[in-house]
Amino acid sequence: MAREKDAIIGPGHTYTSVTEKISSIVLRRGVGRGWLVGFSIASVLMGSLLTSLAVLLIFGTGVWGVNQPVGWGLAIVNFVWWIGIGHAGTLISAVLLLLNQGWRTSINRFAEAMTLIAVQCAGIFPLVHVGRPWLAYWLFPYPNTMGTWPQFRSPLLWDVFAVSTYATVSFLFWYVGLVPDLATLRDRAQHRWARVVYGALAMGWRGSARHWQRYQRAYLLLAGLATPLVISVHTIVSFDFAVSVIPGWHTTIFPPYFVAGAIYSGFAMVLTLSIPLRAAYGLEDFITDKHLDNMAKVMLATGLVVAYGYSMEAFYAWYSGNIYERFMFLNRATGPYAWAYVALIVVNVLIPQALWSKRVRSSAIALFLLSINVNIGMWLERFVIVVTSLHRDFLPSSWGMYTPTRWDWGLFAGTIGLFLTLILLFIRFLPVISIFEMREMLAHEKKGHS
Amino acid sequence: MRPGVYGLMAEFDSADALMAAAKHAFERGYRKMDAYSPFPIEGLDEAIGYHPTGLPSLVFLGGLAGGLGGYLLQYFTAVIALPVNVGGRPFHSWPSFIPVTFECAILGASLTAVLGMFILNGLPMPYHPVFNVERFQFASRDRFFLCIEAKDPMYDRARTAREMGEWAPKDVVEVAE
Repeated sequence: MAREKDAIIGPGHTYTSVTEKISSIVLRRGVGRGWLVGFSIASVLMGSLLTSLAVLLIFGTGVWGVNQPVGWGLAIVNFVWWIGIGHAGTLISAVLLLLNQGWRTSINRFAEAMTLIAVQCAGIFPLVHVGRPWLAYWLFPYPNTMGTWPQFRSPLLWDVFAVSTYATVSFLFWYVGLVPDLATLRDRAQHRWARVVYGALAMGWRGSARHWQRYQRAYLLLAGLATPLVISVHTIVSFDFAVSVIPGWHTTIFPPYFVAGAIYSGFAMVLTLSIPLRAAYGLEDFITDKHLDNMAKVMLATGLVVAYGYSMEAFYAWYSGNIYERFMFLNRATGPYAWAYVALIVVNVLIPQALWSKRVRSSAIALFLLSINVNIGMWLERFVIVVTSLHRDFLPSSWGMYTPTRWDWGLFAGTIGLFLTLILLFIRFLPVISIFEMREMLAHEKKGHS
Repeated sequence: MRPGVYGLMAEFDSADALMAAAKHAFERGYRKMDAYSPFPIEGLDEAIGYHPTGLPSLVFLGGLAGGLGGYLLQYFTAVIALPVNVGGRPFHSWPSFIPVTFECAILGASLTAVLGMFILNGLPMPYHPVFNVERFQFASRDRFFLCIEAKDPMYDRARTAREMGEWAPKDVVEVAE
């Protein structure tokens, strides 16, 4: 942590100042106008979520555009998109912790919350896509009067275990990280109820040296456990595709290329959220240009892996000599959905090359726009993978087209609303930056100077 | 030992001062004590004579139990409870059981790490005497505390207070039980 000390935290900060600055967002500043405007927009989109879900439950999945041959549609596109976004939190928290990257400290809390919320948004889609969501508990193994058990040879069931484990472990990681900060909020809060609630959540944390020792041990172990987990989750999501025999899905490049795509989109979303956040709350001292620069570099690197994935798909379509694979690729690039493929290449491969420029990486506005661009690009990628592979498979007589209906879009917009709502509530009620880790970082810096 | 007294608490304004005081206290023979800080300080736990307990081995066992449980669950359902013949493939098709086994192992280990940490730390603890000290609220912000407990055999109100005073504290106060 000795290098670029001044870059990852503004000058002149003390234990007191970082504590007061971060906790004041929750305890002193109250509800600002920007927050209210954001929350209103999020609430309108939440209305779209509730309406779309109600319509879906009343009329069934027929209100969506899915049918033969495209049975997956936007539900799976959105599921993979959200779960991909949900990968950055654990990656930043766990992998960068193990790699001893000091700059993770001011963005990890926030990215973990984003992960938790994105996983919830993701979870809605497979749940409603099963058709009868009130029976979704059939996916879990429990002794029942029907005498049946789930089919553990199916990637769909692997998904249930991977996503629910990921949600649980992400929550544990986030909560364990929060406990010392909740104690800080308990001690700083002036309102009685705030003290009671934060106090209960902090569980009586008092910062004892014995506690810190076990705490750090547990945190490090969790990081070590979460690292293979985060890789496994998107690998298993990619198995949903790769284990099937559909042309364009049945390839071994899928797991690494999906994992890279997940990190790509996750970092894009962290940038999309943290740039307005730091402007709104004046957190430039904590989320510095150095952080944005580092995140942009990770985005560039993973974006290149994704681009490699696209080129390998094309290469293997030719090299395999399989007529279905070759047709699939030509259809993807020149068929009725060619617009999506061309847009994907432009948005996800060509435009992000601007990140090579130092000037782009040091401009918050440029990075914000690029991060939104990547979010769109990664959504297009999943759309291209799901739809173009399914709509024209082996038998020309069963070819068809897929057009999402307003309820498909309504549900997607609705989950964005849910995401924003929960993010805004998180910003309002919990510290967006890990306070105790900022203090720890300051302590290390002091040692470095003396 | 006087009734109603938990111990004596000294307040320091830097991690180094707390560390030095903890070492002094240990040298003097105090064992029933604890140090409190707003962030983890490397080596402080050893300075107060604490030896780490077996959290890592617990976590290993938790992971083992999770993985084993996950695998046996799949074996039981696919081979014993509901054998389904899929194109003549073996019922015990272990390669397809790996992903769920892995996830269950991670889940078991993670739950053990978190629950183990809280339980070994004695949390949640709704009441603790150290919070009776007014200034202790700053232990979660920028202040450092060392508390020598009255149940330590070496504890003597006057002598301990005098000794603590020599370790350059900001203040030394008595902690009510």
